[in-house]
Amino acid sequence: MAAISSDNHGLRLVTRYVVLTLIALIFVFPLVFMVVSSFKPDLQLLRDASSIRAFLPVGDISTDNYSAAFERAPIGLFVFNSVLVTGVTVLLSLLICSLAAFSFAFLEWKGRNTLLSIIIATLIIPFETIAIPLLLLVSKLPWIGLEGLSVGWLNSYRVQIIPWIADGLTIFLFVQFFKDLPRDLIEASRVEGASWWQIYRRVVMPLSGPVIATAAILKFLVMYNQYLWPLIVVQEETYRPVMVGLQYFFQLNTAWGEVMAYLTIITVPVLAFYLALQRAFIASIASTGVKG
Amino acid sequence: MNLSTTLAGALVASTSIVGMAAAQTELTMWYHGGGNEVESDLLDSIVTDFNAAQSDWMVSVESFPQGSYNDSVVAAALAGNLPCILDVDGPVMPNWAWAGYMQPLPISDAALDGHLDSTIGRWAGEVYSVGLWEAAVALYARQSTLDALGLRTPTLDAPWDTEEFMGALEAAKASGDYEFAFDPGMAWTGEWYPYAFSPFLQSFGGDIVDRSTYQTAEGALNGDAAIAFGDWWQSLFTEGYAPVSQDPATRDTGFIDGKYAFSWNGNWAGVATLDGGVDDVVFLPAPDFGNGPVIGAGSWQFGASGTCEHPDGVAAFVEHALQDEYLAAFSDGIGLIPSTTEAAAMTTNYAPGGALEPFFGLSEAQALVRPVSPGYVVAAKVFEKALADIANGADVADTLDAAVDEINTDIERNGGYGH
Repeated sequence: MAAISSDNHGLRLVTRYVVLTLIALIFVFPLVFMVVSSFKPDLQLLRDASSIRAFLPVGDISTDNYSAAFERAPIGLFVFNSVLVTGVTVLLSLLICSLAAFSFAFLEWKGRNTLLSIIIATLIIPFETIAIPLLLLVSKLPWIGLEGLSVGWLNSYRVQIIPWIADGLTIFLFVQFFKDLPRDLIEASRVEGASWWQIYRRVVMPLSGPVIATAAILKFLVMYNQYLWPLIVVQEETYRPVMVGLQYFFQLNTAWGEVMAYLTIITVPVLAFYLALQRAFIASIASTGVKG
Repeated sequence: MNLSTTLAGALVASTSIVGMAAAQTELTMWYHGGGNEVESDLLDSIVTDFNAAQSDWMVSVESFPQGSYNDSVVAAALAGNLPCILDVDGPVMPNWAWAGYMQPLPISDAALDGHLDSTIGRWAGEVYSVGLWEAAVALYARQSTLDALGLRTPTLDAPWDTEEFMGALEAAKASGDYEFAFDPGMAWTGEWYPYAFSPFLQSFGGDIVDRSTYQTAEGALNGDAAIAFGDWWQSLFTEGYAPVSQDPATRDTGFIDGKYAFSWNGNWAGVATLDGGVDDVVFLPAPDFGNGPVIGAGSWQFGASGTCEHPDGVAAFVEHALQDEYLAAFSDGIGLIPSTTEAAAMTTNYAPGGALEPFFGLSEAQALVRPVSPGYVVAAKVFEKALADIANGADVADTLDAAVDEINTDIERNGGYGH
């Protein structure tokens, strides 16, 4: 009986790994195709696309597509813009949204639940429905900068950052996480004479690593993949992000190898960010069930 | 020459340059060529020459990628942030003019002499935009294919009629040498549909809208001629002459690889086809389905935005850009058809005997601009969906009736679009 059970266990394990490997391959294949294709000339890339060769670095392999991609578009500038906008927005979003969530989770004030419901309800509103009103708004907003007072936020970093700092999902994630923290900790801190700011900074946030990682990754993906908003508020190349920059590669005759090279390059920051926060992200999913 | 003389000369020269720059009024310009280095360089050279050639205007260019250009312009118009010089796709111009995004271009008639008519954008009796080039579509084939199948080579004067064209497709299909006899370009969507396929409809005797009034599509898009076109279009797929769907890669290389006997494609693919080793490629005229052979027309053009305070400056720039040497340079650089015969003669591809010369003749002889109406931008999308549905097996008459209703409703909602 013991031998049969052991065999069954081994068989189940093998089956499980085979299934998991197949699923993993399904997710990895597009990335492999992208990277491998970025080293192939267009004609070969297109001809290989319908066979297993599409995933193999065979044939005429070179870095020509990368050179050509850098000549076609200011990729460094686009990546810098996206990383800057995304990084600043993520940091400010974590601060503002966690503060808001702290207030919803721990402070007693009138209308708290109603306002939280309204904020959560905004999750069902697609951005496309508010894009035009928001465009009209930001095009008339004043700004005080180094050159004095000006009107209109178009063609700037701030117009890509400020409207995206606060969002319902991030606030909701923090609220849910904060509600699961032991209330005794908060009450003990209050008894010890800690201010709400001290509790936020010294008690709550140090315990919130998983939700910070989750919120940061989700926000990072949203911001890094921004297309419609920068498309309509940024007309100067100086402020253009990577996703709008992708359009540079679609001409009358699309250079597919360069497209793949560009995509490979702009995927690097996303992978690096995810790998850096991977452990906390998985911990958050395991503890809260929240996933991207 | 001593030092003081040299310094004095330099001072005078720099003063005059600074004075000239200070006197010039800046004209901002948006252009759709972002990502196309050759095109951008050519435009930059025209702008540089223009800025140096006169003292009134200073053009500065902001390039956009073509795929997102129209959306950027519409958003900027809403936000009141349009530049002075706008680059506009020919069939879109009437919509932008009607919406106030553009204003008439005060360009002299003399500057337009000799230009292909389809490169001049007119709306409400006035010139709004002018293009430096044109594009054209032809039926790509191999001479060896025509010979092997025993087919007559059609010419501009004697294009294939319906019977000959369908006979050619049937012969190619029966030969068994090709995956499909005909590649209409189903991998491409959007403007490709009305640009490439509405000429077939027009050759049948129909149209996207009734051009006599531009107030309805009734009869034009669902009359007998249109239904005959729809039946023919559907038969291409049901009879197995053409693939109903196609990936972009196969569109790019299918004809070169010999998967298709005939391909409906633009002049922009001509050089790539030759470079791909199809030495005996021939660019055949559109078939005549009964109402004359037709191909689409109208490419990118320059005009003045509705908020520009210096349309005379825009006109000055456009007149400067219309010089034959620039038209030829653009053609040699990006492969498009120059808008004058003189410029064509200066190019590598479109000069007499050039590899792409047939396209210039096609533009002259068969080109028909898409409906000149602000409502075209909506009608084009409706037309695209109708043709895709018919290709996928939808009932022809019902689909075209529904398309007519949708187009008519849009025209009505917009008060007739100012016609």
